[in-house]
Amino acid sequence: MNIVVCVKYVPDAQSDRTFSDDKTTDRAGVDGLLSELDEYAVEEALKLVEAGEGEVTVVTIGPDEAAEAVKKALQMGADKGVHISDDAIHGSDAVATSLLLAEAIKKIGQPDLILTGMGSTDGLMNIVPTMVAERLGLPAVTLVSSLEVNGSTVTGRRDGDTASETIEASLPALVSVTDQTNEPRYPSFKGIMAAKKKPVETWSLGDLGVDAGQVGLNNAWVQVESFEARPPREQGQVVTDEGDGGTKLAEFLSTHKFV
Amino acid sequence: MPVERLLPTSDAEDLLALTREIARKELLPRVDAAESSATPPRDVFRTLGRAGLLSLPYAEELGGGGQPYEVYLQVVEEIAAVWMSVAVGVSVHSLTCYPLAQFGTAAQQQRWLGDMLGGDQLGAYCLSEREAGSDIASMRTRATEADGGWTIRGTKAWISHAAHADYYTSFVRTDDTAGKGISCFLVPADAPGLGFGGPERKMGLAGDPVAEVIFDDVPVDADRMIGERGQGMAIALSALDAGRLGIAAAATGLAQSALTAATAYAKERQQFGRVIAEHQGLAFMLADMEAATASARAAYLFAARLKDAGRPFGKQAAIAKLVATDAAMKVTTDAIQVLGGAGYTTDFPVERYFREAKVTQIFEGTNQIQRLVIARHLLSENA
Repeated sequence: MNIVVCVKYVPDAQSDRTFSDDKTTDRAGVDGLLSELDEYAVEEALKLVEAGEGEVTVVTIGPDEAAEAVKKALQMGADKGVHISDDAIHGSDAVATSLLLAEAIKKIGQPDLILTGMGSTDGLMNIVPTMVAERLGLPAVTLVSSLEVNGSTVTGRRDGDTASETIEASLPALVSVTDQTNEPRYPSFKGIMAAKKKPVETWSLGDLGVDAGQVGLNNAWVQVESFEARPPREQGQVVTDEGDGGTKLAEFLSTHKFV
Repeated sequence: MPVERLLPTSDAEDLLALTREIARKELLPRVDAAESSATPPRDVFRTLGRAGLLSLPYAEELGGGGQPYEVYLQVVEEIAAVWMSVAVGVSVHSLTCYPLAQFGTAAQQQRWLGDMLGGDQLGAYCLSEREAGSDIASMRTRATEADGGWTIRGTKAWISHAAHADYYTSFVRTDDTAGKGISCFLVPADAPGLGFGGPERKMGLAGDPVAEVIFDDVPVDADRMIGERGQGMAIALSALDAGRLGIAAAATGLAQSALTAATAYAKERQQFGRVIAEHQGLAFMLADMEAATASARAAYLFAARLKDAGRPFGKQAAIAKLVATDAAMKVTTDAIQVLGGAGYTTDFPVERYFREAKVTQIFEGTNQIQRLVIARHLLSENA
């Protein structure tokens, strides 16, 4: 079974995040890494291929540094990498991102399964997987906490607040996995050395046959107007119980329209 | 900010990045609880083994990482910066593999080495006895020939991983001939007659269980002797210098984390209207701590590079052990001073670093022994 995993290079959540003058995430000035949510997708792909046969291709979009995300997945055990990089892509929204990923997957050759994380840890739009499936005309099974492939179908479990759904789709399909799916492995030192010899292709817009007018900041459907850091949490209000604690508490809650 | 390092290859850079990632995700969240409850983190060694971090200095043909000591030691330093007990454990475990990897037969290596280097089997290193510390030749634990094998009787002391290890790399007397009286055996944990004393109640390194290993007529097959009969002393001595470098690297990591904690605190804590780091008296303390830590790193790296180049490194290993562990003691002491009253509480990690630093001046040869080694080298060079 051949699997494509879509991954993203994101700013390290542990460092400070900054924005560039054009109000896009500053990716050059901060340490980045393979989005931790994507590690679950890579792990799931590796497990499926290890249990049978086939290969795992990881694809990412981003500036030069984004190659690090591909490298990490290859170190974990993926077989091949594709890095889509083009200055014109800068500032692309989810719509353009899904177009690029769909075209890249067509160029790689229709896989049996496309795996993604549940979202990126930076953008948090969580919509790209479904858009990719739509563009490719494939069924999308999203946010599964476990999945199983049987012959020509994939079955995934979606855990909701009140019920768990089991959803089956015919292959080829796209499946996004949550952080409950598995325990992603660490690369091993042997994996690190092996990754150096694995093929990584870098594709531009031209390679994908995508016009620059379809991607980039200027063609994004959503524009960031402004942003500011979340204000520090204010000191809480202490309600002293002098026999009327319950009343004061009810007043507080109703004043703030909590009840 | 990670420590600035000059690494020989991009493989090594990726390896250090992997080490930091595992340390941050697997060690950091657990170290405080495990150290305060004295819980040995056995599974951590499996994780490290699977990632290939326990076999780095051994040849690739043996299943190792084929890395120079220069790189392996920096991995130990990064681990120590997060969890000293684990770094000491890695250094000890690596030492337990050394006799088999260096002196074992191909058949012995085939049979045991893979699991040892992969971390599925955790090792303990049985050399010291109550009355035989640095004076190894006075050891009394003895193996006598019996039924085509050996029977071991005696007690080893100060053994890391005692009662937790899967095998015991043991040095015991097989003869009374001076210089050729000691042999090395790989004793499995389930050997009949193998027992353990109660855990030593130490002032630090609670996650590193230390106890006596008691051999009460333990039968050992002849094919578990590593190297020749009587070669034990030579094996133990050849492992010693490399073991000292492991401790030097771990002590450097410990100093580094004390320095990092002290610097962060000094940049936040305000007194007299400014952060205390802006008071020169305190800034100079931090500068001295940085200088001591950097010197410790430079000392062990130079010794490691000599070893990697195949040159004698015994003197430099002793210098590195002395300089790095004294630096760890000084820097961790000063870190408490920088944090003031807070540093004296268990709410901050620096008091633990301080307790952990003390033993580094003692084990793998006290620093007095290191001075003896350095002086002997020096005087024989000048003769």
